[in-house]
Amino acid sequence: MAAVRFTLNGRPVAEERVPPTTTLLDYLRGTRRLTGTKEGCAEGDCGACTVAVARPDGGWQAVNSCLMLLPQVDGTAVVTVEGLAAADGTLHQVQQALVETDATQCGFCTPGFAMAMFAFQHGGEPAEDDRIHEALAGNLCRCTGYRPIVDACRRIAGIAPTTVPTAGIAPASETFGDDGHRFFAPSTLADLTALVERYPDAWLLGGGTDLGLAVTKQRQRPTVVISTSRVPELKRITVTDDALEFGGAVTYTEALPHLDAAFPSFAALVRRIGSRQIRNLGTLAGNLANASPIGDTPPCLMALDAEIVLRSATGQRRIPADRFITGYRQTALRPGEVIEAIRIPPLRAGQRFVAYKLSKRFDQDISAVVAAFRVTTKAGTLSDLRAFYGGMAATTARAAAVEAALTGQLWTSASLAGIDAAVARDFAPLDDQRATASYRLAAAANLLRRLVAETSDDPAPVRLEAL
Amino acid sequence: MNAPPPPPTGTARRGAHAAVRHDSAVGHVTGRAVYLDDMPLPPNTLEAALVLSTHPHARLRGIDLSAALAVPGVVAAITADDIPGRNDIGPILRDEPALAAGVAEYAGHPIAAVAADTLEAAREGAARVVVDYEPLPTVLTVEEALEHKLYVAPPQIMTRGDPDAALVAAPIRLSGEVRCGGQDHFYLEGQIAIAIPGEDRDMQVYSSTQHPTEVQHGVAHLLGLPFNQVTVEVRRMGGAFGGKESQATIIAGIAAVLAAKSGRPVKLRLARDDDMLATGKRHPFLIRYDVGIDAEGRILALDMMLAADAGNIADLTPPVVTRALCHVDNCYWLPHVRVTGLACKTHKVSNTAFRGFGGPQGMLAIEALVDDVARHLRLPADTVRARNFYGVGRNNVTPYGMTVEDNIIERVTGELARAVDLPGWRAAVDAFNAKSPVVKKGLATVPVKFGISFNLPTLNQAGALVHVYTDGSVHLNHGGTEMGQGLFVKVAQVVAEAFSIDVSMIRISATSTGKVPNTSATAASSGSDLNGMAALNAAQTIRGRMAEVMAERFAVPVEEIAFDDGRVFARNESLAFGELAQLCWSRRVSLSSTGFYRTPKIHWDAATCTGRPFFYFTYGAAAAEVAIDTLTGELRVLRAELLQDCGASLNPAIDLGQIEGAFVQGMGWLTSEELWWDPSGALRTHGPSTYKIPGSRDVPPVFNARLLADAPNREATVFRSKAVGEPPLMLALSVWLAIRDAVASVGPVGAKVELDAPATPTRVLAAVERIRVCEIL
Ligand SMILES: Cc1cc2nc3c(=O)[nH]c(=O)nc-3n(C[C@@H](O)[C@@H](O)[C@H](O)COP(=O)(O)OP(=O)(O)OC[C@H]3O[C@@H](n4cnc5c(N)ncnc54)[C@H](O)[C@@H]3O)c2cc1C
Ligand code: FES
Ligand code: FES
Repeated sequence: MAAVRFTLNGRPVAEERVPPTTTLLDYLRGTRRLTGTKEGCAEGDCGACTVAVARPDGGWQAVNSCLMLLPQVDGTAVVTVEGLAAADGTLHQVQQALVETDATQCGFCTPGFAMAMFAFQHGGEPAEDDRIHEALAGNLCRCTGYRPIVDACRRIAGIAPTTVPTAGIAPASETFGDDGHRFFAPSTLADLTALVERYPDAWLLGGGTDLGLAVTKQRQRPTVVISTSRVPELKRITVTDDALEFGGAVTYTEALPHLDAAFPSFAALVRRIGSRQIRNLGTLAGNLANASPIGDTPPCLMALDAEIVLRSATGQRRIPADRFITGYRQTALRPGEVIEAIRIPPLRAGQRFVAYKLSKRFDQDISAVVAAFRVTTKAGTLSDLRAFYGGMAATTARAAAVEAALTGQLWTSASLAGIDAAVARDFAPLDDQRATASYRLAAAANLLRRLVAETSDDPAPVRLEAL
Repeated sequence: MNAPPPPPTGTARRGAHAAVRHDSAVGHVTGRAVYLDDMPLPPNTLEAALVLSTHPHARLRGIDLSAALAVPGVVAAITADDIPGRNDIGPILRDEPALAAGVAEYAGHPIAAVAADTLEAAREGAARVVVDYEPLPTVLTVEEALEHKLYVAPPQIMTRGDPDAALVAAPIRLSGEVRCGGQDHFYLEGQIAIAIPGEDRDMQVYSSTQHPTEVQHGVAHLLGLPFNQVTVEVRRMGGAFGGKESQATIIAGIAAVLAAKSGRPVKLRLARDDDMLATGKRHPFLIRYDVGIDAEGRILALDMMLAADAGNIADLTPPVVTRALCHVDNCYWLPHVRVTGLACKTHKVSNTAFRGFGGPQGMLAIEALVDDVARHLRLPADTVRARNFYGVGRNNVTPYGMTVEDNIIERVTGELARAVDLPGWRAAVDAFNAKSPVVKKGLATVPVKFGISFNLPTLNQAGALVHVYTDGSVHLNHGGTEMGQGLFVKVAQVVAEAFSIDVSMIRISATSTGKVPNTSATAASSGSDLNGMAALNAAQTIRGRMAEVMAERFAVPVEEIAFDDGRVFARNESLAFGELAQLCWSRRVSLSSTGFYRTPKIHWDAATCTGRPFFYFTYGAAAAEVAIDTLTGELRVLRAELLQDCGASLNPAIDLGQIEGAFVQGMGWLTSEELWWDPSGALRTHGPSTYKIPGSRDVPPVFNARLLADAPNREATVFRSKAVGEPPLMLALSVWLAIRDAVASVGPVGAKVELDAPATPTRVLAAVERIRVCEIL
């Protein structure tokens, strides 16, 4: 078995002794004694553990080190808050900006913010509020009220960043760990499917934004982990006339530009999945395979009538997205199968796609209700509707009664009279920490009211996002 | 621990009132500032983990530690039986065991603890402890507790005049009920302590605590030691907000018992979920009122009940209720009033101190009432407020008998209203609503008057220790703790001012019970008031001695000695501050002094709920605009304008940070932060994935916070400054009131808004639906 090799704050590191289920955070704080990176939650939600990892194209992306397993950084460059300042102690621009705006109080969140800002600055983005909030959505501060941090972000946006040594090391090994715990990072689809067949109990790891929690929260220690992230076939994004196709290891961040072009409402929803840190790691396939009833992308993929391409060592098969999830956290995946790709057909004339997410907080929150609709209208009449909801049942679920009630009707608010009853026929949601059952029913019906208002010729009432 | 880098030196001398940067700013941004979990520790240090009750109320028939002890690496495991001293760390009543003994009283109650060579082994061991529970009946809501009269402390009743008769006589009577939720502190640094056993059973404790003395006492009780064998130290906390006032003692206490048992250093750092399950939060309140008013909206009589959900034990609930009672008046003259404060016992985690300490709940109560009155009378809420403001020279005695001597309510609300053109703003909101059927805006203001001092007079004392070294550098220590609020730099500024030297010459050191003893918690916004005065006292003592040496050396009267800008002058002669220090040493004059302060004028009679509990009041006002989506209950805060009285601010930069941060935290309490227990009594919001504090986008895009200018404290506080930590949190009530205003816009004029806090989408949508079908009689 080989060492995990990467550069850490510009210096090459080869780590052999560390078990492959060690998180990057524990490695940094424990083994390397780089204690600037903090643990605030160990669940990807606070950002105190944010570090930057070099992308293959030379850019930097922010990630949550608490959710990453050490072998996931093999062949990359990692920068922590300790690596920002120059050797002579001169502060990096992001640090200087945070100091000058009085953006630190207790300071515990600060290293994470500095790293999120570092990645933001390297992305060359403009100092627009929307971009800044997007870049900071994965970082919580309980002291400052954010105003000075946002100001600091504005100061560093658009100015040429002080560079930090990258010297990324090319991935050299595909196997890490010891006999007790193994981590495979195969580089071909054939190797991947062979490994998946050979180790039926292994964890198939995409970005690890779900599986990482099993390590940190449930203290699970899988004996074999197989990563999809280096399989070129699974990283592919193909745009053709009959489908937009995302490989099974494509991250949200990678998918976003294509979603922006094809399905802006889907893209807007994806921007509310976790934070940039999460989206830099998390994959569409993982969200689907996770089969959570409150996953945000399954309703979209189902409403868009996407097709899931499944691959095993023995061959390939395809199933519609709406038959992929078979129960609470259960899927149609057979032993030995992986998601090779997700194929989304384009919208045809007269079709529109709209997705809505309702949560207590706009950014980085799990949906109380998520809804996705593909609306086909012809001459003001609804000729076809695909309506899927999350948060309303034990799985992502189709609103069949709603579809039936509306299809063939005029696409105006006048057709919505019986919609509350139709929603109640479709769903019997639960009370939980995210919302009450009665809220879910009322809001699910009201989202149809919003949908009609936004996609018909009725004078459109605004949404909060439009303010 | 590593020392923080010195603040950058500027050109002008920086003392009191300068906008000096936080002393650890560079340490924060470089990651070099050391928190407890970052400390290098002896290699034999153990890591620890807690075993938490899974039942809200159960007899512990047996706790089997054997499977835990069998985990490789596990060194020690303890239950209440292993506590060598007294199993009690209650700050007020003797009712708080560090580990549940015999009975667990909430889901999350620490029952046992495990220490091991690695954190992983400790957590694995904790997971393997087998507890035999015998479930007992539970009380999970305030309503049930009220019904059965289950209290953790006796009711507190504050009365003035004859509220019953005045209610009967009042031309108009209204009643109402409103609830506000609790709030998790969500300090980014979770609870943590390190206990290191020393010689002769000594225990050195590093604790992320706002109250080192209480940790010292708690550990001593648990270990059966005199206080002088326990030393507690803290350099900084990664946030606290009240959550590390009494709660830190539990953590440090358990670490110390494990350390005593194993004979090895023990670090206990709670995982976030354990932290949120096991430790107390802000108190939820149920409020009921009966108010008598006249047609102009003047409050003639009030009978109000404030029922706090105390959780399983008293902890700090009694004083939290007291402070709630003392803030029900907010800025309003209540001629006939009875406020009953109840501390309801439930089988949930014991609630505790949280920024505002009952004040926010008391103020929410009266502001909900004022809102109801205004809507009922179809008057602008601000008109009703102004008609009820305390007067100057008349109508100026609080329900607890304290005269409001420093009233600047009208000045503050007036300055804010003028600065933001309230009438124009109102018109714009109404115009928007007239054209927008789905998205509705709301606008509201709130005035705030907040009393400064601990209600219990005894706590209003502080000590400090100052050394001047022979090079003129100064070592500063005091009983206050640094949790991010900038206390250390403020007190350093005070000392710099006293010696007329730059703040960079003052070295701030970690708070330690070995240096300054018998301290109060850093709480009640009082940190700089108390510790600043104590440090000033110490510095002035040394300065007096130095002046005498100077006078003697140059043979001038001591009154003519002047300290100015790093030098000391005797007529035409002068010495650098350091030169004089050297001279003092050579003449065998002490350059070290303790300092002490106790707040004057205050007194409190707990039996009658009367007295002058507060040295002074701070004032503030806010206006906020929100928008709600009436289809989904979603919410955005669009604009907030704040004006806060900080007296003659010790440090305007630090104070601005406190104002903004407190406001956003208060906004979270009132909007997105919801604690949710399932019907079995388990808290289901125990991590940031389910418990949503505000993020950067939630801060209003137009957000202006200002300090009231030219407003030195009338009372002789340290350089006439005022406390700032808590008061601005209550300015966030403007957001909640604005949401109510937006909800009201979809109902008939005069309809009552029924909206509790936090105003989550679920509650906002329900309120919208209720008011839509509401009919006005
Ligand atoms: C802080 C935080 C916030 C989040 N917010 C949201 C949110 O707002 N909305 C939302 O929907 N989700 C959210 N999530 C969950 C979301 O990040 C994941 O569902 C993500 O999409 C999973 O992708 P992954 O690659 O990280 O999956 P992993 O954790 O690697 O794997 C998840 C599951 O998918 C399987 N899997 C992965 N790739 C494949 C493949 N190619 N073929 C077959 N099976 C595969 C794995 O075996 C595993 O069972 C959040 C998570 C975190 C930690
Ligand atoms: S520690 Fe909170 S996101 Fe990683
Ligand atoms: S400064 Fe304390 S959490 Fe951000």
